[in-house]
Formats: sequence, C-alpha cells, structure tokens
Amino acid sequence: MTYLPKPRIHHPSLQRNRVGFTRRDYEGAMSTLCAGCGHDSISAAIIQACWELDIQPHRVAKISGIGCSSKTPTYFLSASHGFNAVHGRMPSVLTGANLANRELMYLGISGDGDSASIGIGQFVHAVRRGVNMVYIVENNGVYGLTKGQFSATADQGSKSKKGAINTDAPVDMVGMALQLGASFVARSFSGDKAQLVPTLKAAMTHVGTSFVDVISPCVAFNNHPGSTKSYDYVREHNHALCQMDFIAPQDAISVDYPAGEVREVRQHDGSVLLLHKLPASHDTGDRVAAMNYLHACQARGEIVTGLLYVDPDAPDLHAHLDTVPVAFNTLHERELCPGSAILAQINAGLR
Amino acid sequence: MTPIAATNDFVIKFANINGSGSASANELFAKCILRMGVPVSPRNIFPSNIQGLPTWYEVRVSEAGWLGRRGGYDLLVQMNPQTWDADVAGLASGGYLLYDSSKPLPRSKFRDDISVIGVPLMQMANASWDDLRQRQLLKNIMYVGALSVLLGIERDVIVRLIGEQYHGKQALLEPNVRALDLGRAYVADHLQPLALKIERRDCVGGRIFVDGNSAAALGMVYGGATVCAWYPITPSSSLAETFQKYCVTLRIDPATGKHRYAIVQAEDEIASIGIVTGAGWNGARAFTATSGPGISLMNEIIGLAYFAEIPVTIVDVQRGGPSTGMPTRTQQADVTFCAHASHGDTNHVLLFPEDPYECFEFAAAALDLADRLQTPVFVLSDLDIGMNHRLCQPFAWDDARRYDRGKVLTAEELEAGRPFGRYRDVDGDGIPYRTYPGTHPARGSFFTRGTSKNADARYSEKGEDYVENVERLQRKLQTAKALLPQPVLQRARQPARHGAIYFGSTSPAMAEAIAKLDADGMHVDALRVRGYPFADAVREFIAAHESVFVVEQNRDAQLRALLIEQFEIDPARLVRILHYDGTPVTARFIARAIGTRMQPVCVQALRGDKVA
Repeated sequence: MTYLPKPRIHHPSLQRNRVGFTRRDYEGAMSTLCAGCGHDSISAAIIQACWELDIQPHRVAKISGIGCSSKTPTYFLSASHGFNAVHGRMPSVLTGANLANRELMYLGISGDGDSASIGIGQFVHAVRRGVNMVYIVENNGVYGLTKGQFSATADQGSKSKKGAINTDAPVDMVGMALQLGASFVARSFSGDKAQLVPTLKAAMTHVGTSFVDVISPCVAFNNHPGSTKSYDYVREHNHALCQMDFIAPQDAISVDYPAGEVREVRQHDGSVLLLHKLPASHDTGDRVAAMNYLHACQARGEIVTGLLYVDPDAPDLHAHLDTVPVAFNTLHERELCPGSAILAQINAGLR
Repeated sequence: MTPIAATNDFVIKFANINGSGSASANELFAKCILRMGVPVSPRNIFPSNIQGLPTWYEVRVSEAGWLGRRGGYDLLVQMNPQTWDADVAGLASGGYLLYDSSKPLPRSKFRDDISVIGVPLMQMANASWDDLRQRQLLKNIMYVGALSVLLGIERDVIVRLIGEQYHGKQALLEPNVRALDLGRAYVADHLQPLALKIERRDCVGGRIFVDGNSAAALGMVYGGATVCAWYPITPSSSLAETFQKYCVTLRIDPATGKHRYAIVQAEDEIASIGIVTGAGWNGARAFTATSGPGISLMNEIIGLAYFAEIPVTIVDVQRGGPSTGMPTRTQQADVTFCAHASHGDTNHVLLFPEDPYECFEFAAAALDLADRLQTPVFVLSDLDIGMNHRLCQPFAWDDARRYDRGKVLTAEELEAGRPFGRYRDVDGDGIPYRTYPGTHPARGSFFTRGTSKNADARYSEKGEDYVENVERLQRKLQTAKALLPQPVLQRARQPARHGAIYFGSTSPAMAEAIAKLDADGMHVDALRVRGYPFADAVREFIAAHESVFVVEQNRDAQLRALLIEQFEIDPARLVRILHYDGTPVTARFIARAIGTRMQPVCVQALRGDKVA
C-alpha cells in the first residue's frame, strides 16, 4: 500500500460527466491493500463505471462483509454511505437496506471467503429473492487477511503458497447464481478492464440481482505457480465468451457491426447491451444454455468470462412484495398508523 | 366425599389430542364465560407436535379477576385416553370428571372421591353425522353444550358466539348449533347441574381478550414498522404471521393497492437480524420476532448494531432453554443473555410487558426507543403471554402521537452547514446524530463499521478513540433509563419491611400472591420493573426495604443478577424466589415461598437461598 494521500484538489481540466462530477469525485480513501492487488483494479472499474453512467455518488449505498474485498468500499465513492457489516452477512444487511429505500443503487461487495464459505447461505437466499443489487464477488481463492488459507472457491489440486494441495471440490458461484435464478450473471477478471467496466455498467443498470464474479488475483498469497487464481493462470485459461458494449439510454447506437454478429439486449432503463463475438451456440437469454456453456468450459479447464445470462424483464424483490414505489423511510404516521378509530373496531372484535 | 361447590371460582382442565379440533371449542367455552361477565384466563399446555400427542387447555374462572395460573383443577374434561390415568389422578378431591361414556370403562379407571359424569359423545356424534372429520370436530362442540347445562352457561350466549365465528357460513353454523343442543339435551335429560356454577356478573367491563403475540404485532403496525424479517420458531411465529394479517388490511395504499410493508421469511435468524439491521440503518422501522435459540444465532449482528448504533427492534417470546430448550413451555430465562447479547462489552435495552396490552404498547414504544437511542431494543415477552389469550385493557392510541425518529439530520440541515460527525456526542446525552443514506450530494455520508473507528466514523485503531466510543455508549444507556417505561409500585396496606420485585408474565400470579399474603397479615410492597437498564426508582425501592424478594421464572435469578450488577447491591439483600419448571408460576407458589421466608426464623436460615 502507499501511504501518501492524494491531494483533494482537482485539476480544472478534468472532464465532468452529465451530472457534473469528475472521475475523481467517485474515488474514496487511499487503499490499504497490497500493491498490485486485483481488488484495487475492481475498485477502479467501479469508479469508472459509476462516472460513465452519470450516477450521483450519494444515491449509491455500498455494503460489504469482512475480508480484503469487503474493505474496498472505503476506497471508492466516498460521498456514498457505506456499511462494512459482519463476515458473510452482507446479503441480508443489503436486503434490509434495499427494502427500506428502493430508490438507491446497492453495491454488495464480497469475497470468496465471505460469500462462498461463511456467507453461502445468505448469498443463496438473497439471489433467490431477486434483491435489486449488484453483487460483486472479488474472487481470489484465498483468505488474505488471515494469511493464505484456501477458500471454498480454490480449485481442487491447486497449490497454496506454503505448498499445500487443496483436495476439496470448489464452489462455483457463477453456476450457483444461474441455478438460483439471478437475472444477470457475469464473470470477469480484474486484469481485464476493457471487459470489466462495461460488465459492471450493465450490472448497475440491470433491475434485479446482478451477480458478477470477478477473478481477482491475490498478489501476496495466491499468485504463484500451482495457483489457479494467479494473473498468469487466468490470462492463459481465460475464455472470453463475448465482447460487450454498453450503450446508455441517451446515447445513440453508433457502433457498426455486420448483421448477425451482434446481439442486442434492451434493459428497463433504456440502456442497450451490444454483445458481439458471441459464439453462435450461446444465447444469453437462455439460462439452461448458459449453465451448459459454463460447465462445458469448466470441463475443458477454461475460465469462462463475460455476460453469461441476462433476463432484462425479471421482477425483483420489491415487485414480488408489491411494495409502494417510494422509499419506506419517507412514509409518515398518516401512511403507516391506522389510527384510534380503527383500533376501537379492533378492540370491539376482541370482546 | 363432598363435591366441590364454587361459583365463578374454579379451574377446568380439558385433556385433548393435538390436531383434533379441540382448540376452537375450548376457546369458545372460555369466551362464553367472559360474555357472562365473569373473568377467565385460559392457558394452552401443548406439545411440540402437529397431530396425535396430548394437549391440555386450562381455564381458570375467577370472579375476583385473578388471571394467573392457580394450580390444580376442579373439573376435568377428559377426551384423551393416553393421559387418562395421570389426569384423573391430578383432579382435586371432590372434583368432577366429564368423559365420553360411549364405551364402558372399568371401575378401576375412576376414583371414589370424585363425581363422574358420562356423556356418550361419540355415540351421539356417530348417530348424527356421517363424515368422520365432522364427527370428530362436532364432538368437541357437544361437550361444550353438555358443560353449559352442567355449569349454567346461557345458551343464547353460546349461539351468538358461534354465529359470530361462522358469520356468513350457514353450512358450518347449523351443525355447530345442532351439536351444541345435542350436548345440552343429553345433560338436561339424564344429569343434574353441578355444584360448580357460572353466574352472570359484570366483572369484565371493557377489557379485551387477546394473545400477546397478536397484540405485539398490532403494536408494530401502529408503531410504524415497515420491515419485518423473521424465521419460524415457537412460540413467536404467530407474531410475524399476525403482523402480516393486520398489514394486509391496514397497510395498503388505498389508491394503488400497493403494500406499505415488506415481510421476509428469512432463511434463518442471522439473516432476519441482518435484514432488520440493514433496514434500520437505512431509516425504516424494522423488527424481528424470535425466541431464545434465535437470539443465540443473532448475537454477532446484535453486537454490530449496538456498536454501529443502528435502531433494531427484537421481540423475544421466551421459551424454556438452554439449547433447543422446551419450545412449548414458558420461562423468563433470556434476561441476562439479552441484556448482554454478543461478545465484548455490550449492554442492551430491555422492555418487560406484563400482558397483551403492554405487548402492544411496548412494541410501538420499542420502535420509538430504538430510533431515539439508535440501539437494539428487546421486548421480552414469553410463551405464557404470547400464545395464550389474556383479559387486558383495550388497546389505546392517541392520534396526536408522532413517531420519534430520533436524531436524524435532514438535507436542509446539512445544506445549511450543520456540522456532522456520526459518533460525536453533541448534546452530552451519549446519543449522536445520524444521516440516512442518499440524503445530501456532498455532506453527511459516513462509513458504518464495527469497533475500529473514531467519532467521525473514520477508520481508527487508536485506543483513545475506542475508549471514547464505548464510554459514550454507557452514557447513552444512562440516558435510556428515563425514557423507558417506569416501574409500577404497589404499596402494602400497612408499612412493609419487605419488598418484592417482579416483571413480565409473573404479574397476575404476583398480584394474587400479594393479596393472599396481605390477608394473612404479611405485608409486602411490590414493584414491577418494566424496563432495563433499571430506573433509579428501583434502587430507591430496594434501599427502602430490609430485604427484597426477586420473583422470576428462571433458575439463575437473572433479573436479580442485573440488579446487583447495575446498583452494586449487597446480594444478601435480594432474596431469590424462583420458578422454572416450564409451567407458568402460580400465586400459591409465590405466596408459600415468600410466606416461608417472612417467618423470622426462616428468614435467617434461608436468606439468599433459592426455593427448591
């Protein structure tokens, strides 16, 4: 980590987005993670995505659990409220926050220890419910803060820095998210900004549970030969499913691709995902096909990245619960309290 | 043998089989007596089972208005062969046994010192209905009919109640009334009324008859809870389910039909408290309802909510513990556990409702207190209050009442330049100011985390920052004392050297025990505590008495431990009176335990000792 804080003063020539913020307005405190940590690249991609999407920083709530990944919300969007909860419980805390105010954007930041081990139950059930959030797992296959133990996403046969071989089968969170009904499922790589930024932008504009697994090498404990989550290994085995361009609602689609090579996905907010170099065999609107594709790649030893599945029309938890379209925290006595006359009727029914 | 003779003052025990439809017939019976103006207090004694195991329903009839469990029973309605022997053995000498005489039973199955009343319920049901389930259900109404003639309950009252129950369901109304009349006719033709009598009085007044879980659920509706997250657990499940039931009619936007509430049946209690914590952090009023095992699971997040200062409301409907405990038995055994839930130095606000009326009041108050104090607030109910119908004051609500949202800075205040540091003690009461997420584009954001932070919510591992925070949290709890429901004092008729402290569901038995002791010339001042941390009045009460009995329903004298901890009182001055077998404590038990200790010799010998 570096300990020199960045100056707060911004250069006047910094480009501003439509809501008047520079990219630096989306930054946070200086990272305390190791130099070269994949997680810092993800934070940078989040900053870039929010800036490009013209999101008002204070209309974002960033919620995390415990671990290296869960520390990162301090390092981006300092104008947003953040909540570093307890280990593995980000999904429930985020669910409650989302129920209280459906008008904010919710970023759930977690890691493989936080979500695939201690918090796997909460991951499973938050996804099942369709909580409207961007659920990012910064996946390095290892426990960093406690110095190098295997996590539940470590591949069978992979080697720890100390030389131990992992014998347990890995938890595949992308496969699980697909099976559990997430309406947006993607995997990316912290070392591939060109893919990660549009993926996050698409996830942030999607209504429903957007699950993004980001392979994010741990430079301190899991970047050695024998690891399957190192920079070298992931680069060698990365099978990019497709390339994606994210087109914001207000932007005209100007990209020119030969017919038949591009698949368009229109989202609720009017944004368009343009998918190209997509294999003819894959349909991102077909959950079963996505699961098959994922497992076929896995069987070949490839790490599939890109947008695997999206259902732009899926209902979210608020739709399931049929809640009023305003934030609960703005409702007052007149909307919430039935009053004394009705209480008198209730009393009469109890005699 | 002299048969017991009593008017409006006896106990009836129904012995049934779980799942046989007896519950609604028994409740109908209890309500009939209430409608005749005579107070009753029923208690379900049920197994952890859906169908087949024994279940009992005890109805205490008390014109004097005693609502605690009396102990013993004078009339047994025995509908369960499995428990015949033990139930018959437990009947008071001179008591009455009503049974289904469809099949002959050997003489050895009865006792000589009781009156035996046989009614061929099954025979009559079989002769009247073809459907097996209908025979089973209506047999229950037939015994209500038989009892009504034996005890003198007015037919009109029962018919009206059945009419209310099956309003608009003629197909159900008719056979129920017919069953009632079959039972009545048999007794009128073959038997004599008993010396146990129900006579019409006017002793119920405007009181309502409701269970504590329903009352707490309604209190949450009135108090403005919008988020409820819960996991099914006996004896609290009906609280969340009733909240749902009330919300469906009381919390719908009239223009759109949309819901002004969100209820999540979570995957476990950890997720329940997580959801409530997230919602509280984001400014919605949120609660969970659970029992002891659920609190065990919630501990980590309760500690987070305490330290991060997030409003959280938890209703703990206590059951027997520890471990899985006795899910269908009552205790007050989560008191110290809730007061200090989670690791590290924690201390939580507790409220102790005595009955459904206070369940309603304290549920709504807890939401205000949680917002005001920015901390978890526990409502410690128990199975005895939560799952039994109890006569209590009607619910009341002042339409001028406004929710206390506590210290929340608005966008306008932030815009005007009001300084903000999340954990600064600006007012000297230990309570900081907070902002809801999304309030202001540039001001008021902060990062919420556990312990490692300073008063401005910035990451800090400095010892002095930690100490400043934990000491402020203690000041906040001092502030809480004056905001909580204050203790209720009942003075003895004569100046008393002894006092008694009690709380929660012990209340009705305690009132009766104090009256009994008083009649025997033993005068005891009684103080019912309603909140923790304790008000200063509690210390003064203890100081004003030579010794104080602390009456509670747990093994370890938990409230007493908290009293000693908070006030640093000589433990010898607080005498344990403990009842913890899972049944509700009785006035007889308390009066005997206190009476024994008030004999001068015994006080010396037993001081500080517990009642076996």
